[in-house]
Amino acid sequence: MNSYSGKYLVVDLTSQKTEVRELPEHLLRGYLGGVGLGTRLLLEWSRPSADALRPENPIVFACGGLSGTMAPASACHAVVTKSPLTGFLTSSVSSGLWSLALKRTGFDAVVITGAASSPVYLFIDDGQVHFRKADSLAGKSCPETEAAIRRESGDSRVQVASIGPAGESLVRFATTKDGHRLPHRGGAGAVMGSKKLKAIAVRGTRPISVPDIGGMQKACADLNARLHQSAASSSGLAPGTCLLPGSGRCSLPARNYQQSIAEGTGSLAAECAKREYLLKVIACPTCPIACQHVYRVTDDPHSDEQVVLEKEALAALGPLCGMYHLPVILRAIELCQFYGLDPVSAGVSVAWAMECFDRGLLSSKDTQGLDLSFGSADGVVETIRKIGQRSSVGDLLAEGVKRASAKIGQGAENWAMHVKGLEIAGCDPRAENSLALSLAVGLWPPTLNGSAASSSGIKDEEDLAAAADSIGICPQARRYFRDFPAEAARLYALATGVPIEPAELCEAGERINNLHRFFNIREGWKQPDDWLPPRLFKDPVESGAVVSEKDLKAAIDGYYRQRGWTAEGLVPAEKLKALGMDDIQEMLKGNWHGTPPHTV
Amino acid sequence: MERRHIQCDRDKCTGCMICEFACSAANEGRFDLELSRIRVLQATPPLMDVVACRFCRNTPCINECPRGALSLDEATQTIRLDKARCAGCGWCLEACPFGAIAIDESTKTVIMCNLCPHHDQPQCIKFCPRKALSLHVSARVKD
Repeated sequence: MNSYSGKYLVVDLTSQKTEVRELPEHLLRGYLGGVGLGTRLLLEWSRPSADALRPENPIVFACGGLSGTMAPASACHAVVTKSPLTGFLTSSVSSGLWSLALKRTGFDAVVITGAASSPVYLFIDDGQVHFRKADSLAGKSCPETEAAIRRESGDSRVQVASIGPAGESLVRFATTKDGHRLPHRGGAGAVMGSKKLKAIAVRGTRPISVPDIGGMQKACADLNARLHQSAASSSGLAPGTCLLPGSGRCSLPARNYQQSIAEGTGSLAAECAKREYLLKVIACPTCPIACQHVYRVTDDPHSDEQVVLEKEALAALGPLCGMYHLPVILRAIELCQFYGLDPVSAGVSVAWAMECFDRGLLSSKDTQGLDLSFGSADGVVETIRKIGQRSSVGDLLAEGVKRASAKIGQGAENWAMHVKGLEIAGCDPRAENSLALSLAVGLWPPTLNGSAASSSGIKDEEDLAAAADSIGICPQARRYFRDFPAEAARLYALATGVPIEPAELCEAGERINNLHRFFNIREGWKQPDDWLPPRLFKDPVESGAVVSEKDLKAAIDGYYRQRGWTAEGLVPAEKLKALGMDDIQEMLKGNWHGTPPHTV
Repeated sequence: MERRHIQCDRDKCTGCMICEFACSAANEGRFDLELSRIRVLQATPPLMDVVACRFCRNTPCINECPRGALSLDEATQTIRLDKARCAGCGWCLEACPFGAIAIDESTKTVIMCNLCPHHDQPQCIKFCPRKALSLHVSARVKD
C-alpha cells in the first residue's frame, strides 16, 4: 500500500499489442519515478543509435513518485525520449490533470514503441488500453483534438495529451500538449508524430493509498502554508518579472543575443501586469503556489482565446525577436499552442531567421514577401504559422537552428543559438558567467525560474533537480522549500512507507544524472558537444563581456572531476558500480532479462 | 439550528483541488478523487468554483428519493443517508440543482457533503491553502 502501483504499461504501436510489466521495488527506490524512471525505461527499451524519428525510438511517460497524493505540487509526469533535435536524451516535466489521471490509471509509467501504419490515438481507461482510429483528427490542432476526443468518449474526466499539425509533420521541436502549458522541450511531439500517435487519452479513477494518511496530510498542510507564504512574498512568479532588472537575472538576451540587456522591457512588463490581458492565476492539482498566468490573447473582452504565459516563452518570442508588444507575443504563443510547437525553440528559430534576413542570407523571396526584420509583428506571428505548416521558410526553421544554419551555411552557424542542437533562450552567460557551465553541460540547463548555482555547487544543484523531477515535485515549487532534500525525503517516506535519508535522495539524483550522461554517450556524445554557441565567445555584450573559452574549459574539467568522470567526460565503470548501476553494462550488451525487450 | 454549507471565494480559488484530496482523505482514508464530496469546477480556466451540498431549504434530493433513503438531520441540518435503503438509482443526482451529489461506484450508494461531523471543521476548509473556502451560515426558515 503506497503511492506506487509497481507496474508499467508497454504499448507496441506496430503490432497494436500491450503488455503490463512489474516494476521491482529496488528500481522504484533507485530511480524514484518521473524523469529517473523514464530514463531508466528508455535505456531498457531503446536500441543504441536508433534514429529519434524511427519506430525503434520509444517514448516514455512516467509519473512522479509522489504523484496522486496530496504532496505539494506533486501532480507531475515526465516525458523522456531521444530528442530529434539533439540526438540525445530529452526529459521534461509537466504537471496538471493529465498527470494525475495517468497515475490513477494504475500505471507508474507508459512506454510506447513502434509506429502505427495510420493515425491512431491511445485510450488508457483505468487498466484497459484501446487503440482508436485518429484519421478524422489528422491536421487538427491540440485544443480541437482534445475537444473531439472528449466528445467521443462522452466523459469530462478523460484527459488528453495530444500533438498538433506540427508534430504530425515532424517539426523537430514539436511538443505534446497535456494541460494549459506547453512544457515539453526537445521534440517529444515529433517523436509522437513519427509514430502516427495523435494523442493519448487517459481516464484514471483509481484511489492512491498511502501508509500514513494522517501524517501525510499534516506534513502537506504545514508545507503548503509555508510554500504559499514564501511564494506570495517573493513576487517572482509573474512572467513579467523576468523582464525587469534586479529580479534575480541581470540580463535578458535580445535580438538573437546581439544585445544582452533588452531595451523597452519596462513597458512590456507593465503590459504583462495589465488586467486587460491577465485574466487569472491558476494552479496545477495539489499546488499551493499557483503560477500559471492565464492571459487573454486579444484585448477584446468577449474573446475566449486564452494562453498560459511562461517566462521562457515570453523571453524567446519577445525581446529575443525584438518584439515588445504583448498582444503579438500572446498571439504567437497561441499559435504555438494551436500547432503544438515548443514556444522557446520556435522563438529562437524566428530570431535566428530574423538575423539571417537582416544580413541578407534570407531574401524576401525566401520568405514570400514577409518582412522578417527584428521587431516585425507579422514576421513573428506568420513565421510561427509557417513553421507549424512547414511552408516556405517555415520548412527550413522546422528543422531547428542547428540544422537550418548548416543548410544555408555562409556563417549562419555563428548566430545559431543552440547547445547540442537544443535552442537556448532566457539566460545570457556573457552577463552571468556562472550560467555558462550548466548551459554547456546541458544536463539541467538554467531556466528563468531557477536561481543561478555557483559553479562549485552545480553538481549538487543538478542532482537535486533530477531527484525533484523524479519524485515529481514541480521545479517552480521546489525553490520555495526550505530544506528540499529533508522535506522531500519525509514526504517520500510518508507516501511510500519507505524511510529514506535525504542523502539517499541526492544519491538517486546523482544516479539519474549519470544514467542520463550514460545514455548520451551511448548515442554518440563527444566532448566537443559540451560547449556553447560561438556568438557567446566572440560577440561582446554592451559591457564588453564575453564568455572566456579558457575559463569554460577549466570549469568543465573541474565539473567532470567533481562528477567522477574521466577527463573526456565519460562515465567510468567504477562510477556506475558505486551508484549501484552494475546492471546497465549487461543491458548495453543486449542481454537484458535474457529476452530482447524490444518486442512485446 | 442554522443552515451551513461550504462556500467558495472564486477570486481566491486557484483550482488546486487540495480540497478534493482533503475530503477523500477525511471520508475514505485514502486519496480518491472519485469519492470527494466537493468538486472543483474548471470548465473555463479563469472561472473557478467548487460544488458541495448546499443543504437546500426545499431538499429536492430527499423529496425525489423513491426509497426514503435520504432524510434531514435536524441536529446538524445536513442530509443523512441510510445506506441500507440507497440503491444508487441516481434520482437525487438528477434532482440536485447544483450537481453536488455523486455515486460511489464500488458500493452503489450516493455520497454528498456531510460537513465532516467527526472533525473540528470541514477538512476542505482546513486544508485550502488560499483560504478560499469558508462556512456559509444562514438561518433556516421554517416552512
